[in-house]
Amino acid sequence: MDLHFGDSKPTDEERAAIDTLLGPPESSWEGADRSDADLRWARGGRAARERRDLLLPGLHAVHDRIGWISEGALDYLCRRLTVPPAEAYGVATFYAMFSVKPRPATVLHVCTDLACAAAGASELCAGVEARLGPGSGVSVERGPCLGLCERAPAALAIKAGDPVRTAVSAPATVERAVLAASSPDSAPEEPAAALAVPQAGDPALMLLGRVGVVDPASLDDYRAHGGYTALRQAFAIGPAGVIREVTDAGLVGRGGAAFPTGRKWQATASQPDHPHYLVCNADESEPGTFKDRVVMEGDPYSLVEAMTIAAYAVGAHKGYLYLRGEYPRALHRMEHAIGQARARGLLGDDILGQGYAFDIEIRRGAGAYICGEETALFNSIEGYRGEPRSKPPFPVEKGLFGRPTAENNVETLVNVLPILTMGAPAYAAIGTGASTGPKLFCVSGSVDRPGIYELPFGATLGELLDLAGVRDGLRAVLLGGAAGGFVRPDELDIPLTFEGTRAAGTTLGSGVVLAFDDTVPLPRLLLRIAEFFRDESCGQCVPCRVGTVRQEEALHRIVERTGADAAADITLLREVGRAMKDASICGLGQTAWNAVESAIDRLGAYE
Amino acid sequence: MTVTSLGIPRRLLEFTIDGESVRAPEGATILDACRSAGKDVPTLCQGDTLTPKNACRVCVVEVEGARTLVPACSRKAEAGMEVRTDTERARHSRKVVLELLASSVDLSTTPEVAGWLKEYEAKPDRFGPDAARVDEQPRIDNDLYVRDYDKCILCYKCVDACGDQWQNTFAISVVGRGFDARIAVEHDGPLTDSACVYCGNCIEVCPTGALSFKSEFDMRAAGTWDESAQTETTTVCAYCGVGCNLTLHVQDNEIVKVTSPHDNPVTHGNLCIKGRFGYQHVQNRD
Amino acid sequence: MRKRDRTPRIYNRLEYPMVRDSRDEPFRRASWDEALDRAARGLGAARGAFGMFSCARATNEMNYVAQKFARVVMGTNNVDSCNRTCHAPSVAGLSAAFGSGGGTSSYAEVEHTDLVVMWGSNARFAHPIFFQHVLKGIRNGARMYAVDPRRTSTAEWAESWLGLNVGTDIPMAHAIGREIIRAGLANEAFIERATTGFEEYRQLVEPWTLSLAEKVTGVPAAAIRELAHAYARAERAQLCWTLGITEHHNGTDNVRALINLSLLTGHVGRFGSGLQPLRGQNNVQGGGDMGAIPNRLPGFQDILDPDTRLKFESVWDTAIEPHYGLNLTEMFEAMEEGSLRAVYCIGENPAQSEADSEQAIRRMKALDFLVVQDIFLTRTAELADVILPATAGWAETEGTTTNSERRVQRVRRAVTPPGEAREDIDILCDLASRMGHEWKYEDSEAVWDELRSVSPDHYGMTYERLEEHQGIQWPCPATDRLEPTYLHGRLWESDPAARGRFAPFGIVRHDPPVDLTDEEFPIRLTTGRRLDSYNTGVQSGGFASPMRRGEYVELCPEDAERYGVVVGEQVQVSSRRGSVVAPVWVDTALRPGLAFMTMHFPDEVDTNQLTIEANCPIAGTAEFKASAIRIEKLPVALQVR
Repeated sequence: MDLHFGDSKPTDEERAAIDTLLGPPESSWEGADRSDADLRWARGGRAARERRDLLLPGLHAVHDRIGWISEGALDYLCRRLTVPPAEAYGVATFYAMFSVKPRPATVLHVCTDLACAAAGASELCAGVEARLGPGSGVSVERGPCLGLCERAPAALAIKAGDPVRTAVSAPATVERAVLAASSPDSAPEEPAAALAVPQAGDPALMLLGRVGVVDPASLDDYRAHGGYTALRQAFAIGPAGVIREVTDAGLVGRGGAAFPTGRKWQATASQPDHPHYLVCNADESEPGTFKDRVVMEGDPYSLVEAMTIAAYAVGAHKGYLYLRGEYPRALHRMEHAIGQARARGLLGDDILGQGYAFDIEIRRGAGAYICGEETALFNSIEGYRGEPRSKPPFPVEKGLFGRPTAENNVETLVNVLPILTMGAPAYAAIGTGASTGPKLFCVSGSVDRPGIYELPFGATLGELLDLAGVRDGLRAVLLGGAAGGFVRPDELDIPLTFEGTRAAGTTLGSGVVLAFDDTVPLPRLLLRIAEFFRDESCGQCVPCRVGTVRQEEALHRIVERTGADAAADITLLREVGRAMKDASICGLGQTAWNAVESAIDRLGAYE
Repeated sequence: MTVTSLGIPRRLLEFTIDGESVRAPEGATILDACRSAGKDVPTLCQGDTLTPKNACRVCVVEVEGARTLVPACSRKAEAGMEVRTDTERARHSRKVVLELLASSVDLSTTPEVAGWLKEYEAKPDRFGPDAARVDEQPRIDNDLYVRDYDKCILCYKCVDACGDQWQNTFAISVVGRGFDARIAVEHDGPLTDSACVYCGNCIEVCPTGALSFKSEFDMRAAGTWDESAQTETTTVCAYCGVGCNLTLHVQDNEIVKVTSPHDNPVTHGNLCIKGRFGYQHVQNRD
Repeated sequence: MRKRDRTPRIYNRLEYPMVRDSRDEPFRRASWDEALDRAARGLGAARGAFGMFSCARATNEMNYVAQKFARVVMGTNNVDSCNRTCHAPSVAGLSAAFGSGGGTSSYAEVEHTDLVVMWGSNARFAHPIFFQHVLKGIRNGARMYAVDPRRTSTAEWAESWLGLNVGTDIPMAHAIGREIIRAGLANEAFIERATTGFEEYRQLVEPWTLSLAEKVTGVPAAAIRELAHAYARAERAQLCWTLGITEHHNGTDNVRALINLSLLTGHVGRFGSGLQPLRGQNNVQGGGDMGAIPNRLPGFQDILDPDTRLKFESVWDTAIEPHYGLNLTEMFEAMEEGSLRAVYCIGENPAQSEADSEQAIRRMKALDFLVVQDIFLTRTAELADVILPATAGWAETEGTTTNSERRVQRVRRAVTPPGEAREDIDILCDLASRMGHEWKYEDSEAVWDELRSVSPDHYGMTYERLEEHQGIQWPCPATDRLEPTYLHGRLWESDPAARGRFAPFGIVRHDPPVDLTDEEFPIRLTTGRRLDSYNTGVQSGGFASPMRRGEYVELCPEDAERYGVVVGEQVQVSSRRGSVVAPVWVDTALRPGLAFMTMHFPDEVDTNQLTIEANCPIAGTAEFKASAIRIEKLPVALQVR
């Protein structure tokens, strides 16, 4: 491609960061010194253009080392990857975690989202900002949910360098957050993942059974606790057998859409176009959600094994694990687990000597809720802006790189292990007829024991909240996160199943159960949800891009109003909300009004 | 116009639009079918030379069985589909989309939009005087064209035309996110520091006048732009042997704008800098 | 870096005729009557020593009338146009191989081919919209290869760019041919069925081993081998070239060497497989098709064919000279000898476009009589006795032009011409009538219909059909159907009679550029176009391109360092013929010993003072692409800012 580059040059440091990722440039056309051979023969074309998917890893490499992305670094990365600088700039500015302007090497991300807001995030922010002003070498960024809701309020410090350092402070105090930001290496170790699982050690747990029991770094420990029996079973029954088991087990997607997993796999497996891909969606960004993090931190090999089985079933030899950028510990655990599995022949060319080849590549998100949308995630991996694609065509037909792709979230995948070890009938016997198996719930907010709970489908909301020790003065429960809906304290008998919540006019979503007591001002909460959608809208379609702004404006106007004073704006909200729900391209815009609507209709907000 | 067939003939699909039975060739969109059935659906981001982006959502229609409304411009017709173009639900979304656009950007040079606002009884003012607007000043950084992003509805057509669909120059991209997303060159610099080759193919597809020729921009500013007094004559460019068709827009015997027919087999509506802007020499008169 | 903000010279339109009594007087305004009478007298006095420079930018109709003027009014076949300076070798090479001078494929076919070779063509700059079709092809999965001394914007799109030495195209082509034969990839069925001379060709290319080619071209053997295999193995392949092939002293041989590759592989005469020379001017193709060349009558019909002559003689009521006329190059040589005394120059600017422009000006100054018909007072017009103000072919005239894919398209009058300017045809007919030939054409369509009646390839193209189909490609012999988009499908016919004349392999040998580099002139200068400019800049100078930066001598970074010069610094550029001062630009697409200039800004830097008038003996095109130069730093006092 005939690309245009400006005069900016990368610093040695920036160049080193990119070359560490990509290897040294092969010719002067890619940025090496000019040689006689280069001036006679240049290769390029398709092979050069097909490296676009390394753009996001490249941006991460620069950002991790330097803390921001300069013109020179971006141009050099573009030269290495044959990507037009304008497009790369469009990609870099898409992600909230990236800066294209100079910024201190350390950034402290302070969560101001629902659970943390209820736990005093605004005071934390104010305190931290007072301590870490200009000149402190730390940039404080208020941001959306960090997935640490069980330890709210939370803060994440990232210090660029070689290597990049991170430190989590949760529950954070001003003192601890400042320490994490100013010297991440000496910040106290994060508590073990098991602390997020109040039921840890309960032998009845199927999905969380190993969390807190096994050493998450040890493949041997994983195998000593039943690891890789499911994969062996998969090889025994073949890909079609796996799909049949998963179908018969009644497994449906846990990411929120509840699509039957067996059907998705069958549709992917049967596509004549090749190669097929498996993508694990670990971009868990729904405010209030942290279950995937806990699984990956506490039992990482289970995901490696589950992805291997899924890939085997759909005929994929390459899998991508798209992991939230805000999950440094999950990243390290998964990197380690994948490396170990590769070293032991559990990933690679000949898994378990069965002649089946599969490997996993981790791709890190960079702060974009929308990339949890399945097609936006594809664009993000491919090195484009993480904007959703229009469907049809569906991913099973044209997914990642335009090829048939099965995409599942972490929780869905790890359910495959018990299905294969216990058999579909036994699995299907768990839960209700329409919602089978165990379900993970992320409980936080006004409870004594926040964390991830594993319950069979069918338990009621009240049972779950009792388990978590709900506090007095319950005002509302948000089910499904920002994209979900509120229910009242008198609705605690709602069965936590897909059909049960649907019948009650609400949603299970991704399993978020956020309890709010009556000290939390509801209009402020709704405004925070509206801000979240305004910030996270990708901007592609009009209803969502402008609608989320108008929604926020209206909620802002009525934050102190009720009754007739709020009526006109509520009408406006309803009309805009309806158009967002009906006419937006993807689930983000379609659900951006859900929580507000339920608060108005169910909780009687603004009455 | 080619006598060599490039594929097998397409079969016809039968389905209904507003209760009437219609037939469309396989691969046709609902919009194609609507237009051949004489029903128009408003469109903004749809372009006859571009792959539908379905970003503006003003063309949404109801399809039986679909959870949400579907964009007519991109959704392929399917046999047995029941399409309704004018339901209350579809009209509501179109109305709100028009209100959202008109309340955030300047649509004064967008053809047809005034009629739609009226037809759908859209009231963009209802969001109040403090409603956020895109609020951009025209960027005049070269002598050939002006980027007035206050009029930009972010339809992506310019990006697609500059990118892999036609020009493959990739001088512009959508940058930023959400309401703050804008069309910009790398590092958000002036056009003159970018990869832009001034082909003007982005202007050709811009539906709102956000991108315009400097000649048109200046004449509009001076109040002398008068499309009713313009003639359009299609001829052939004189700058190389490729033979691009040029449509010369002439007002008062001066060429004021150059376009190319979108269905032309040589250009498909695209030109290069010389064809687009190289006309001045014929009117260098004393 | 400093960017110079230079506005090129702006040319104003000619609005009335001008004459002068002697060359040392200034021009004075004249009436049309006076100007045309003078022109008629001047030309009439030069019968037998006359040459017509027709215009590759004017319409087919104008070219038809201009050649008719030369042949009927002046009784000579000395008619030619600037296609001589660019693509005459393509026409000569293609007609030698296939009997017809047009490119064999269509733009749309490039979108559906498997492989595209861009040889000596920076289409991304010179033919941007053609390149969009190439890009469509690439997006559809085609692989593109680029052969060019510079790594141009076009080459940056290639799977593989082969940066050969200037003027070593024949060694490269022959080595590719040899490799195809040796690898068993030649299309034997096609060679046997449709070609002649294969055995001789095989022997011709046999010495051109990959390693010898590497030595001569400078391109690694592996790269040449890869291109050979890719071209031969592609199911469909397009071979496209521009002036990098033709503007050499042996341009026609270069073209033949490329055509040989298509014959060797059967990549001609099928949908998606063919040869495309990309034309530099809007009607280079049409000018030749209309007979505004010394060896062909309208419809590309050979003058030496008695039946053809007879047909035209009866339609035109005249006698046609039964031999070829002089081409542009030969006409200039005849000026030198004194056997050509008067020239009627329409819309051309040879004073600036010819190689070795100083020599061209000197020769034109020596003419007895020069009529220039143009829309601007060009450098050539400044040499004239009579200047006739014309209309701009593409915006002020009705008619047709023919593009590089042989598509005849309508041009239309969109604006009223300035002042007293008149259409070319109108002027020609008026002049003809003053010289005793009453031609009456009601409009351009009447001219076109006369052409249709004498040219079978154009017969089916009525104005009405041209409008309906947005242009029609020739051949179009019938009014009720369209022919395939590609030429020479006949070569694939199983019936030998239908196959027609077999295509001969061209037995052409390597002949390095005439202007050798040596210690005194160590740098190879090659020339080309930039995206926003055109030819001598008379047209393109009229608009404010943000990309235009004036003329530079472009050097590679290594050479700039060697000569101790920086971007923007004025240097002396000298060849064996002349010397200019130009600022330096540094371009990484060049390599040591290779420099690049354009001819877009002759009023600033007259590049053609450097180029060599070494002409292709077959087509007469000059070797613009290969001059030997040296670069000298200017003393500080001479630095101009």
